[in-house]
Order: sequence, then structure tokens, then C-alpha cells
Amino acid sequence: MKNTNWRLIYAHTVLIIGVIFMSFPVWVAFSTSTHDDVTILRNGLQFWPGTHFFETYWEVLFVEGGVMKSVLGTTMLKNSLILGIGFAVGKVIISMLAAYAIVYFRFRLAAPLFWIIFMTLLLPLEVRIIPSYEVMAGLNLLDTHTGLIVPLIASATGTFFFRQFFRSVPEELLEAARLDGATPWRFFVDILIPLSKTMIAAILIIMFVVGWNQYLWPLIMTTKEENYTLVIGIKQIYQVLAEGGELPQYQKAFALTILATLPPVLVVLVFQNWFVKGLVESEK
Amino acid sequence: MKRVQFEHSPIPYLFIAPQIVIIAVFFLWPAAQAIYQSFLLEDAFGLSSQFVWFKNYSDTVFSNSWLQAAGFTAVFSTLVTLLSLAIALLLAVKANEVIHGARTYKTTLMWAYAIAPPVAGLMGNLMFHPLIGDLYKLMNAIGWDFDHKLDAFDASFVVILISVWKQVSVNFIFFLSGLQGIPHSVVEAATMDCKNATRRFWTITFPLLAPTTFFLMVINITYAFFETFGIIDTTTRGAPGGSTNTLVYKVFQDGFRGADLGGSSAQSVVLMLVVLALTVLQFRFIERKVHY
Amino acid sequence: MAGVELTGVRKIYPNGAEAVRGVDMTIEHGEFIVFVGPSGCGKSTLLRMVAGLESITEGEISIDGRIINEVSPADRDVAMVFQNYALYPHMTVRGNMSYGLKNRGNSKAEIHEKVEEAAKMLRIHDFLDRRPQQLSGGQRQRVAMGRAIVREPKVFLFDEPLSNLDAKLRVQMRIEIKRLQRRMDVTSIYVTHDQTEAMTLADRLAVINDGRIEQMGAPLELYNNPTTLFVASFIGSPQINLVPVVFDGDKLISGDIALSGFKDLPTDADLVLGIRPDDLTQNGEGEVSLRVDLVEQHGAENLIYGALLGAAAEEGEETEICIKVDQQTLPKIDATLKLGVNKSRALVFRKDNGQRVL
Repeated sequence: MKNTNWRLIYAHTVLIIGVIFMSFPVWVAFSTSTHDDVTILRNGLQFWPGTHFFETYWEVLFVEGGVMKSVLGTTMLKNSLILGIGFAVGKVIISMLAAYAIVYFRFRLAAPLFWIIFMTLLLPLEVRIIPSYEVMAGLNLLDTHTGLIVPLIASATGTFFFRQFFRSVPEELLEAARLDGATPWRFFVDILIPLSKTMIAAILIIMFVVGWNQYLWPLIMTTKEENYTLVIGIKQIYQVLAEGGELPQYQKAFALTILATLPPVLVVLVFQNWFVKGLVESEK
Repeated sequence: MKRVQFEHSPIPYLFIAPQIVIIAVFFLWPAAQAIYQSFLLEDAFGLSSQFVWFKNYSDTVFSNSWLQAAGFTAVFSTLVTLLSLAIALLLAVKANEVIHGARTYKTTLMWAYAIAPPVAGLMGNLMFHPLIGDLYKLMNAIGWDFDHKLDAFDASFVVILISVWKQVSVNFIFFLSGLQGIPHSVVEAATMDCKNATRRFWTITFPLLAPTTFFLMVINITYAFFETFGIIDTTTRGAPGGSTNTLVYKVFQDGFRGADLGGSSAQSVVLMLVVLALTVLQFRFIERKVHY
Repeated sequence: MAGVELTGVRKIYPNGAEAVRGVDMTIEHGEFIVFVGPSGCGKSTLLRMVAGLESITEGEISIDGRIINEVSPADRDVAMVFQNYALYPHMTVRGNMSYGLKNRGNSKAEIHEKVEEAAKMLRIHDFLDRRPQQLSGGQRQRVAMGRAIVREPKVFLFDEPLSNLDAKLRVQMRIEIKRLQRRMDVTSIYVTHDQTEAMTLADRLAVINDGRIEQMGAPLELYNNPTTLFVASFIGSPQINLVPVVFDGDKLISGDIALSGFKDLPTDADLVLGIRPDDLTQNGEGEVSLRVDLVEQHGAENLIYGALLGAAAEEGEETEICIKVDQQTLPKIDATLKLGVNKSRALVFRKDNGQRVL
């Protein structure tokens, strides 16, 4: 019995160290963001929250020139939300439709079209950055929401995810529905979509996080400050800090970091079960 | 595929069309462009270009800077993969062992998944900031002459640390669910057959986790190749002297900053081949798992 | 007029596998037909072809005189109960039962009435607003039947509907299905691999083997007069005893055993003697002996398993047989019992093609 106790103490110790390792940086970032610039410059990072919370976040969110030259934190927040939600919703719609076609229909071009979708796995953005930029410029889609979102939603991950899920739906349901006189469209709307509710929720959550966290694509797609997302804003503020000039506003950099982190983290924490289920299911 | 399918309906074409159209415009066309451009040499003003066969490939792939990036990428992805897998596995095993607080541990260990790599990069960058960064000061206080702005080794250390930190959560989630997927009866049978817990772990649990581990290895290598772009771009930006350039970061630097279109495209095509290899690996493994 | 008629029906899959190899069958109106056979014999495929869930490669299927080869499943006027029930998990019981009617465009009042009526008949009235996962296995089974009933089909199709239930419930539901079918007087086809289910439910049953109908007839007919070795060994529980024999023109010989009283059997072929466990009786001066191996007590009767002494068998093996005795008979293990053979009920088959010769 004694042995077991030691094992448990050891386990808890390891876990607590792990939790500190994973959480400490964010905690320090938050604490530091609530102090003023002089304190930080003089005393370095802060481990306990200070008194300038409202001041810093107010400036970052609502004051012009508070963090960027002109764009407000709220604008970037809005852009991030549009990207996150647009990406998630678009991806779910487009991949559910495609997966339904692939799994439930026998049609001549099924195999080649499936392979085209599969090909997207071989072509991550990073290997086609420059020509992609040129295509977007050619289509006049730079600095637009369409240009930001649409090219991202076509990758195969969502389609594969739904394909896998649809295949696990018992065949008898389709057979029963056919005997019940359901057309392909009715089966999709009456049976398949309601059955996929949990899966849709899971993938919405994951894709919201993925969309929110997009970096490279928005980086090359947005040239105007007013179109920056929070994640891109971070990149810019980093450059400002690096270039120096007046008193570095570290607390604002940290505040922006926290703002960029908070929404996806909240989503993941609140919908933890769906999120984990969706993530793990996508493996199969 | 389903045993029973719908036939003779326009619906599949309508349903699959949006995705195919987007893929054709934004994936296939640019990729074809990249391949095409990798065989071209543009003049300094981008006005005319000339077909040069594999010159771009031989010029870039055999250049010192590319080889340096390739070397760093290899070391970097190996270390990031191994370290983040090892830490995550240890945490998952322990989290699976405890009863009290299991859920709290799980939550606090997985939430970093939601942090974007560049955000993690910026956070790390500030931690290691020479002026305010406590980690920077700590390193120097313990007698390590630490300066990641100048020293290649120190810069690599920072990039790897942040990349590992960012990736532990994902691996933890998968390992924990893998552990919880091992049937109770097997765990109980093993407890009766083998008294030594450590031995039991390496002979029963770990082999049963093999599919998860293999899957995660592919995921982690892909992550180290591509997704760490945001971390590098917000910390070292390849410095000092290109010592923390990964292959992906170099494509971006040469193409956008250096405007060497042909060379950058040639590098892109080489990367496509790397992704192809990774994907083949992953799918061969999935096939095997089906028979498992 | 015939209820369902199958003429030369074949099913060949695109990969060349032949699941159904030419089936002809006439099912009368209101008849309860059971397809029985080992797994993979093609019985489910045949049923699914009637349902319209599998295409028909060759031949014709008609319902009430209308050829339905090219008719969509929903328009065939058939209803099916699936093995795993196939209830729509996100709909209530009522939703499940009315979905087909809705798709047909029936009016709300009409649907309501039909669902209520069927629910009453199946005693699921109290669960109409629950979802399938809140129901027990037996209740789900009833809902699945309710979904079939409300459509008032010309033909009921059952695809191993009871195999997911526990033994006790299975017997209960079996009786209910039979009762319901009698009451509604609807032609029914029922697929099972369980011969007890087949025997008890069927008006006529079709034993299917390797894509062909081995024999079709009333349950007792198949039990008493199987035309092939396959049917004899498939029907009846406990299984029929089979002893390899040859005929010397006068007696059936198996090793040291010789049974007289047979005539007109082929002498040039290996034969198999089949005797049901009920047709072997304990008898002081019996012709054969059994060395007791195991006694199974079933309550009303005991089954005694053991080796048939002296019978021809492979090197080192023995011919296992089984007899049925009353509950009082409890021989010791390794005791030897003398048995008499009821020769009037003995069945003899050719070993090479399984055809019955006596």
C-alpha cells in the first residue's frame, strides 16, 4: 500500500511540474501586461498582477495609436473572429457536402475527384506561397475577407473527417430511409445532418481555433492595417519593439498576446469534451 | 464505401463542386505555377524569363545556405518531435494514473493547444528578451554565457524550447485518449501477470500505444517542418546567420524578402516531395492499422 | 394470386462473386416464409433483393403480379425490420414511425391515426415521445416493427430481427411476431440462421446453401423428409447423428457394426446413415452401443453424448452421437449403453453428393 502512495505522490509531482511548465509563461504574460511600462523596464517580468489592467487593455482595445499606428484592438479582434468563424463554418459546409457525395453516391468521377481533394494534403500553403499570392493579386482578392477565408477552407482535412464519420454511420439507416422513401436530399437533411450534430460541433470548435491561429496566409494576404487579425498584429508589434524608438510598450505587447490567446483557449476549455472527441476522431 | 449507394443523381456533382473549384483555383494552379517557375530564371527586373531546366535546383539545393537550413531542419524536427513526445507521454501516463484532480490536470495541460505558434513565439521572445526577460537573466545567472541574438546554439535552444512547449498539449491529448482506449480487462490482466509497474508499462502499455505514437510522429514532423514558421518568424527570424532557418522559412525569405522566384520555387518543389514522403508514410501506416 | 414470385433470380457482384445462383420460388398471399441457412449462404442477399436494396443481376421478382426489378425500394410496398433495428437515433419513436408516411405525403391526421393504432397494437404507446436510446432492446424491436406496420405494406421483410436480443426476450418476441403476422395477414419473409426460430415461425421454410435453395417445405416436412444431407443436418436440434456406412446388399456396415433390414441401396458408394437423437432408444439387446461421455440435463429430458462403439472412423477418432432420454436416466461417465435403432425413421444419404437414397 505504501508503494502505491509513493507512486501517487510521484505522479502528482510530475503533473504539477507539467502544469507549471505549460501555464507559467501565460501567467507571466498576463501579470506583466497589468503593470506600467516603467516598472517592466526597470524590474523585468512580473509574476503577480499589477494595477494597470484596465488602463493597458483599454488603450490596446479602444484607443487609436494605442498599439498600432491606427488600427484598434477591437478591429483586430473583429477580424480574427471573422476569420475564425468564417473559416470554421465554411469548412464544415464545404467538407460535409463533398464527403456526402463521396460516401453515399456512385458516380463516374468519384475516384479522380477524391484524389484531387486528397492532393491538397500534399500542397500545404508553405510550398506554394508565392504563386498563391500572385493568384490572389490577380483576382483582386488581397485585403478581402473572401480572399482570406475561401482558399483556406478547401483543404482535405474536414472532408476526410466527415467521410470517416459518414462511413461509420450504420448502413441500415440509409437502407431504412430508402424503404421510407427518402430522396438523397431528404436523407442528408433529415437523417445525416441531425446525426452529425456532435461531429459538426467538434469540428467547428477545432476549425475555429485553427482559423483564428492562421498566420502565414493572413500575413501575405493583408497589407492594410485595418485588415490585421490579432495574430498578425502581434507580429507587427514585435517589429515595433525590435526597432526601438520611444519607451518600449511591453505591457501592450503582452496584453495583445493575452487577447489573441483568450478566445481560442476559452472555446477549447468550454467545449473541452467535443473538442477532444473531434481531435482524436480525426486521427482515424 | 457503402454497400448501398444512391445512383443516377446530379447531387454528387453539385455537392463536390465547390471544394473542387476552390482546390483547382487556389491549390492546383499555384502549385503548377511553382513547378513551372522552378524551371525559369527571371532577369533582375522580372521582365523576361528564360527556361533553364534544373539550374535553379542545382543552384539552390547545393548552396551552403540551403544545406545549412536542411541540416538545421533535420536536427530541429528530430529534437522537437522526440522531446515533445517524451514529455507528453510522461504527463499522459501520470494523468491516467491519478484519480484526484485528473480532470483539472487534463484541462490545464491541454489548453495551450489553442495558442497560435506566433503568439507562443512572441511570448517566448519576451521571456528571453535581453532587457526584461527573466529567462535570459536566469541563463546567464547560472553561468551560461547566453545570447540568442548572437549565438547559433542559444538561438536554436530558444526556438526548440518554444516549439516543444507549443506541441506538448496536442501530443498529451492523443496519448491520454490512447491510454484510456486500452481496454480495462487488458490492464487488469497485465496487473495479474506482471507485478513491476515500469516493466508493465514498457511491455504492455507502450506497445499498445504504438499506433498512436506512430501517428503522432508524423504529425510532429509535419508540425516541425511547417507550423513552426510562426514561431521562427516571431523569435529569431532565421538569425543569427541563417542558423535557425528551416527549409520552409527559407522559401519564404528567399521568395518574399529576396525575390528570388526561381530559387524559391525550386525549394518549394523539393518541399512538395518531402510532404509526399511524409504522407505516404502516414497512409502506409494507416493501412497497417486497419489490419491490426 | 401469388404474393411474391421469384423466377431464376441470380446475384453476381461486380467482383464476380455469385451470391445467389438461380432461385425460383412462389410465395402465397399471407404466407410466412423463412429463409434459413448458414452465414454467407445468400439468404440475406435474397431478402435484400426483394427489398430493392440489392440490384437483381438476372431473373425477375414480382409482388402481386407486378414485376419490381426496376422499382425503387420505397415504391415496392414492402417494409423491413433490420437486425440492428436501424432506428433513426435522433427522432422520437413517433418520428421514426411516421417518417416513411411523411415522405409519401400522407396527411398529418392520417399519420397520427396510423401511428397510434400501431403503437397500441405493439404496446409501445407510452414511449411514443421517447428516443430510441431510452428504450430497451425489446422495445426498440417493437418500434422497428411498428415502423414497418404503419406503412401497411404488401410484404414484411425481416432480416434476423431477433439476433440482438437475449435468449428469453427472443422467445417472447418470436411468439409476438408470429401472432402479429397472423392477425395482419401480410405475406412475410423472414431471414435467420437459427433453426429453432425457423421451425417455429415458418409456414414454409427454405433452406438455403451456397446461393441455392436446398429444399423448401413445411417445417415438419423438412424435419421428417429432408432430401439432402445438408438439410438433415441443418434442421433439428440437437443435430441428427451421422454415421459413415457402406451397404453390402443386405446390411449397412460401419466398422464392426452391421445393421440389417435395409434393401435397395447402392452398394458401390460410400453412404451416410442419419438417425435423429429421438430415434435411438435404450434397449437391453440393442444393435449398437454407446460409451457415455457427457450428460446434459435440460430439465424435462437429458441428452447423452458419447462415442458409438465399433463404428468406422478416422484413425484415433470416434464417431460422436447423441441420444435423448428422460430426466430420470443419468448414466455414469464411461458406462456403456445398449441402443436400439428405429429403422423406419432412419435416413440414408450418398456421401459424395449428399442426395438422400432412403
